[in-house]
Amino acid sequence: MIIDTVTETIEVEEGIKIIPGANTIITTIDKIVNWARASSLWPMTFGLACCAIEMMTTGSSHYDLDRLGIIFRGSPRQADFMIVAGTVTKKMAPVVRRVYDQMPEPKYVIAMGSCACTGGIFRSYSTVQGCDSFLPVDVYVPGCPPRPEALMYGIVKLQEKIRKERIRWSPWR
Amino acid sequence: MGRVEKPLETREITLNMGPQHPSTHGVLRLVLQLDGETVVKCTPYVGYLHRGIEKLAEGMTYLQALPLTDRLDYISSMANNVGYCVAVEKLFGIEVPERAKFIRTMVCEMTRISSHIIWIATHALDLGAMTVFLYSFREREWILDLFEMLCGARLTVSYPRIGGVRNDVSQEFLDSLYKFTEEFPKRIEEYETLIDKNRIWLKRTKGIGVISAEEAINWGLSGPMLRGSGVKYDVRKAFPYDAYDKVDFEVPIGKNGDVYDRYRCRMEELRQSNRIIRQCIEKLPPGPIMAPDAPKFTLPPKDRVLADMESLIHHFVLITKGPMAAPEGEIYVATEVPKGELGFYIVSDGTGRPYRMRIRAPSFVHTSVLPRLSEGHLVADVIANIGTIDIVLGECDR
Repeated sequence: MIIDTVTETIEVEEGIKIIPGANTIITTIDKIVNWARASSLWPMTFGLACCAIEMMTTGSSHYDLDRLGIIFRGSPRQADFMIVAGTVTKKMAPVVRRVYDQMPEPKYVIAMGSCACTGGIFRSYSTVQGCDSFLPVDVYVPGCPPRPEALMYGIVKLQEKIRKERIRWSPWR
Repeated sequence: MGRVEKPLETREITLNMGPQHPSTHGVLRLVLQLDGETVVKCTPYVGYLHRGIEKLAEGMTYLQALPLTDRLDYISSMANNVGYCVAVEKLFGIEVPERAKFIRTMVCEMTRISSHIIWIATHALDLGAMTVFLYSFREREWILDLFEMLCGARLTVSYPRIGGVRNDVSQEFLDSLYKFTEEFPKRIEEYETLIDKNRIWLKRTKGIGVISAEEAINWGLSGPMLRGSGVKYDVRKAFPYDAYDKVDFEVPIGKNGDVYDRYRCRMEELRQSNRIIRQCIEKLPPGPIMAPDAPKFTLPPKDRVLADMESLIHHFVLITKGPMAAPEGEIYVATEVPKGELGFYIVSDGTGRPYRMRIRAPSFVHTSVLPRLSEGHLVADVIANIGTIDIVLGECDR
């Protein structure tokens, strides 16, 4: 049987075609950009409270975030997303916002833990009742503190969200 | 080119370190006045994690305030719970049964191990030894799995109760814990192999952050910070609570009072904690896990609440009004948590809620000594000093 390798393309996945024999993949820029972004998300090393310990655990030997392409960065300039891990107090909120502003676009936020989501058990004069009051949160991970599995699930959800994005790479977005 | 008449002009610069900094262990902020690389002045700013725990506790009944103590020093939450419970029990005059005392001692020492593991992991990571971090978190995960088997939570456990503990330990748990204690000394040796004689580690820790015994006492230091300077003071020995007077252990002390000696102290404490856990498992007596008069203060079991009218009323009163049998008075009880001496000062006005709860947090006291340790040294040594005082900002700011 002879296959016409010039005109016939084979769809391997939705939106991704290959030309057999020509060693070529045809797809949209959206797909490529989103694939690249979702596969190497670098978070800020920014622990606020108890959840930071679970965030550390998630990054360490047992749970090993490295296999998702996630490496903690010390500087906001090199980070793609921020895990708000813990209670945000009114004194700390401007600092968190400032660190967020220093991050380059595109940037994402995961609110980790009940305190970052809603204020949690600290309904007091000094605590911000949820970090979504001053940050655009993409994924909420509840729990006090959330288990490392829960945080990883949250990160996988963020990756799913990134994969669905459209023309966020273009200047007209 | 003409001759340089006057020397090069230099001036001091101010460096802001934190609250977002990878090695400030949370949200500590330091403002450093630098002359070249030497720290001239170091000013710690705290309060970035002030959650108002002391104030919140005033609006809660004694039992409801227990989960707040978890989140003080979140690395060693079990020890905080026990410290709070011991204080409230002393205020109420409750005698805890033997079995509960041994279980508490056991879980406290497990917490000490997990806390010191975090300390060695982050301290070594800050000073450039990343392998220790990965090795030690392996054992920490083991301890957390045991906590989970015991009470269902990993980090914020709320396992001890006023008058005892929440549930009894299972044989399966004891067996797994015993297996852990058999394995753990070998793992401590592994960490020591990595850094004990490491030249970089010795350069970064020996002779850094020296504080003499007299000064350490004057600054109000406690725990390994005090013992590293050669003062043999441990609340577990001096004012034994729970089952610490029934187990045999030694208090390791250092000599020079530098970062390295405090490191040695904590490593020895890991071994001693392991020893205490073994003794607790071997000596664990049978019997009840709750004091007989504790039901006046703690909630009845849920299945009884749903079936029995008296328990339902009792449950309702405890939730809405708190324990009515609380005596008036005030009390200060100190316990030895991994960081040092944690004290609870509780004032009771006879209602079910504490009138005032003041927490003497070791981290807060230890933060105050940071300028004394850092001034006159290099910027890089500030990192070593932050690591060695082993602060947790949740406890420091409360």
